[in-house]
Amino acid sequence: MSDRSLPFTRRKFLASSTLCAAASIAMPSILRAQEAGVKLGILHPVSGALSYSGTQGRLGATLAIEEINAAGGIKGLGKIDPMLGDALSTPEGGTAEVEKMNSAGVAAIIGGYASAVCLAVSQAAARYDLPYVVDVGVADAIVTRGLKNTFRFGPGFGVIAKTALDNLAEINNHAGKPAKTVMIVHEDSLFGSGLAKLLNTQLPQHGFEILETIPHPTPTRDFNNVVLKIKAQNPDLVIPANYYNEYVLLARTMQQQRVKPKGIYSVLGGAASSYKFVKEFPDAAKYIMDCNHWFDPGSPKALALKKKIEDKGQFYTYEVYMNYSCVMLVADALARAGAADRAKLTAALESSTFSGHVMPYGPTKFVNGQNQGAAPVNTQVLDNDIKVVLPANFAQAKPVFPIPA
Amino acid sequence: MRGLLPIAVVVAALAAVPLVVQSNTTLNFLVVTLLIALAGQGWNILGGYGGQYSFGHAAFFGTGAYVTAILQVRYGVNAWLAFGAGIVIGAAVGGIIGALTFRARLRGSYFALVSLAFAEVLRIVASVAPITGAGVGTLVKLDLRVEALQFQSRAAFFWVVLALVAISLLVAQRLERSRFGTWLIAVRENEDAAKALGVNATQVKLCAMMISAAITAAAGCFYTQYFLFVDSGIAFGTRMSIEALLTPIIGGAGTVFGPLLGALVVQAVGEGAKLVAGDAPGLSLIVYGCILILVIAFAPRGLIGLVETSRRRVARPAKREAAHG
Amino acid sequence: MFSPVILITAILNGLLTGAVYALVALGLTLIYGVLHIINFAHGALLSAALFAAFFAFHLLGLDPYLAALLLAPIFFGLGYAIQRLIISPASHGDDRNMLLVTLGLSVVIENALLYAFRADTRTIDLPYAFQTIDLGFTFLPIPRLIGFCVVFAVALVLWAIMRRTDVGKAIRAVAKEKLGAQLAGIEVSHVYAVTFGLGTACVAIAACLLIPTFYVNPSVGEAFVLIAFTIVVLGGMGSVPGALVGGLVIGVVESLSGLFLGESLGQIGIFLIFIAVLLVRPTGLFGARA
Repeated sequence: MSDRSLPFTRRKFLASSTLCAAASIAMPSILRAQEAGVKLGILHPVSGALSYSGTQGRLGATLAIEEINAAGGIKGLGKIDPMLGDALSTPEGGTAEVEKMNSAGVAAIIGGYASAVCLAVSQAAARYDLPYVVDVGVADAIVTRGLKNTFRFGPGFGVIAKTALDNLAEINNHAGKPAKTVMIVHEDSLFGSGLAKLLNTQLPQHGFEILETIPHPTPTRDFNNVVLKIKAQNPDLVIPANYYNEYVLLARTMQQQRVKPKGIYSVLGGAASSYKFVKEFPDAAKYIMDCNHWFDPGSPKALALKKKIEDKGQFYTYEVYMNYSCVMLVADALARAGAADRAKLTAALESSTFSGHVMPYGPTKFVNGQNQGAAPVNTQVLDNDIKVVLPANFAQAKPVFPIPA
Repeated sequence: MRGLLPIAVVVAALAAVPLVVQSNTTLNFLVVTLLIALAGQGWNILGGYGGQYSFGHAAFFGTGAYVTAILQVRYGVNAWLAFGAGIVIGAAVGGIIGALTFRARLRGSYFALVSLAFAEVLRIVASVAPITGAGVGTLVKLDLRVEALQFQSRAAFFWVVLALVAISLLVAQRLERSRFGTWLIAVRENEDAAKALGVNATQVKLCAMMISAAITAAAGCFYTQYFLFVDSGIAFGTRMSIEALLTPIIGGAGTVFGPLLGALVVQAVGEGAKLVAGDAPGLSLIVYGCILILVIAFAPRGLIGLVETSRRRVARPAKREAAHG
Repeated sequence: MFSPVILITAILNGLLTGAVYALVALGLTLIYGVLHIINFAHGALLSAALFAAFFAFHLLGLDPYLAALLLAPIFFGLGYAIQRLIISPASHGDDRNMLLVTLGLSVVIENALLYAFRADTRTIDLPYAFQTIDLGFTFLPIPRLIGFCVVFAVALVLWAIMRRTDVGKAIRAVAKEKLGAQLAGIEVSHVYAVTFGLGTACVAIAACLLIPTFYVNPSVGEAFVLIAFTIVVLGGMGSVPGALVGGLVIGVVESLSGLFLGESLGQIGIFLIFIAVLLVRPTGLFGARA
């Protein structure tokens, strides 16, 4: 994006050669003033379909950078100079930003958010052996292509689906197995479809019967027919996997049609563990369970960050704390590498055992780019608040299941 | 613009660019620009020369992209063959859609909307069909070898897409000077009159559609090889349809270089808007939209039209003198 | 495969949803019928109207149904101004350029909303939003029922305007024969602007009807645009009753195909109908015979 130190030298170029603007973009790397410190690329889909999540992600990352800089920057290397990029919610947008960031000499790129963007960004960055830390993107393909530069801090589909089902089985067994039948409602692009596929193979293995799997597009204007089907087949459990807007519509429609299954168990539910949803629709949100990214409720750092975000009038969403953690991770790796050198940074990330993050993952350990300790946790909306219910060592409350009549 | 000389000059000049410019940011920008120009060149055949404004050219782009991806990933077909297959099948899809719509004698806005509908149908099917990977999309393996039509250097990709654009320029130029082209332009100007003169309008339009589809499909095939990932939104979404029609119209519909010029301008404006507006969400696109409206307001027949109008204005006083003298 | 109860409920759902689609399409069909342009900015205007309804609720405390009375004239004025001051001068009267100008406008409006209000999804919570009428086999949400009735009322009002008022006659004259209307002394650019204004006012009312059960963000209008185009074609470009009937039909088609094919593939039903109508009877159900 725009280099804050020399915006108007670029403008002069554009003014004098509109049609040669293409050529003028080649110039910036020569004109850039030299600054001490470390450049980091912060790339998110800030405009386009995913702009809310992208903006939240950027917020988390920039807060982390501010904190680090306020404490004097990275040991031995100086302050972090962030280069903010807009991936435009498309792979092409992401790729173009990677090129710019690479030309600007960033030490690493953090972000991506959407799996399709992460796939493109990781490939583009791999050409330059530029370390890239994925914030959220859950597609397994992101880390299974053998790209040495790509690191994922959070969990992928495979781990999420497995954890979700293991936890579901545990909750169900503990309550005396009241739930047998399931209906899955998922959004039909990469994240929802991929998850649904895994759930379809693994749910029967845990003894659940899938009555129907309902895909829907994003955006979906109306869920009345979906809820009609749910009502007609009366499953014990409804498993939604979709983005915020559709999740809210689904939940409200279920409320409207008085559909009350024994449990709503989301996996990566868009709103199921969202403070915004709980605040705006407390009745529809009650008792909803989610297996999703969540911060460590026992970490003072996490709670301090929560307060900071809420003081700004924003909601404390997973994009915020995951990006915050990723920046902290990279800062730590840079300090250990001792230089803003890509190869050294990659090696430092590979051997990283970082615990200064705010996620319930334990110290980081990367194998083939995937952080082994990364896992989702189970939350439930209880008493108008979101509480962690599993795993036991992070739990704040016991799960309430089935939903009281 | 007569003759092959202008095309040769432009292509040679562009081909020299990677030798001079080392910045990968610029090369990437130019590759994407040429890709869009290629898609626009396709649209231009049907829309610019033929006057049939298609709003669903993504149907062909996506076909090319998916065929190339699926053949490689699911059937292990060689990348170059898959590329060719993408173009051929894209043309076939053009033929089918053309046959249905032109036989039904759909014109003008109706044609525009039905082409949009076809693109949407393909998008929806692609988002659920198992063969395309449904929602998950199709990911082509990163394999930086020439045999797999993937290259380490961006310059190589640049030359490949430039070659395709050069071919499309030649096609447009040949079309302009051929009898077929005359028929096509006649259909554009006044279909009924053309028919009265014995032109088989339906056949001509169908032919144009297939050529148009083939060129745009080639852009799609290239997309797959460059970005290595395709899903239903990328392939058949309205974004590509709009880019494919925007660039020729801005550059000059019905001209050989219109789409290329249009692509350069539109992409440059996009980049320029980002630089001016900074990183506030949406601001750069507001600037982009405003500039678009301004360009249309002041250059309604495209930029090439602007050049020709001013050329005519300069020539007119001279003619008047000659007439009076 | 499905019990009659489910089918009937699906059809009822389709009718209720279709009514709102119809209102959005009404605006579009008017604009098409008279100006002969496909208004790409329609969706963005819907998003803008939703934001307006949202702020009318939060800042002025206006219930959306009351807000409609305020917003309809405001958006009429907005539409009038956009056509008169932006679209008309920029496009020099060329149909194809008008298309591109509306495209540019849609980008500007949507991103202006994004820049000003960010992408957070907003909703309003009304006490009666969850009230329903119990039909025994299903619950019909009250806001949607109200919406259904209002759409018919608006269609009636529009029809009355078209048939009975001078403005309406002028609009119909321009739609039918622009040159003749000009010669008869009708100021065409004013009529164009009035039509655009009416179309935009319809969108504003549709937004007020949607907001109790839907959500607001800058890209929300986009989801309605293609459906609106389909309805315009199905009903016959320029026909008010056509848009109404077309909207209801499309609503039911969407609902039933969603039921049988699943929500994702079910969307195909709409476009297949679209294509079929265009191939077989392009002037639509109520359009004038070519």
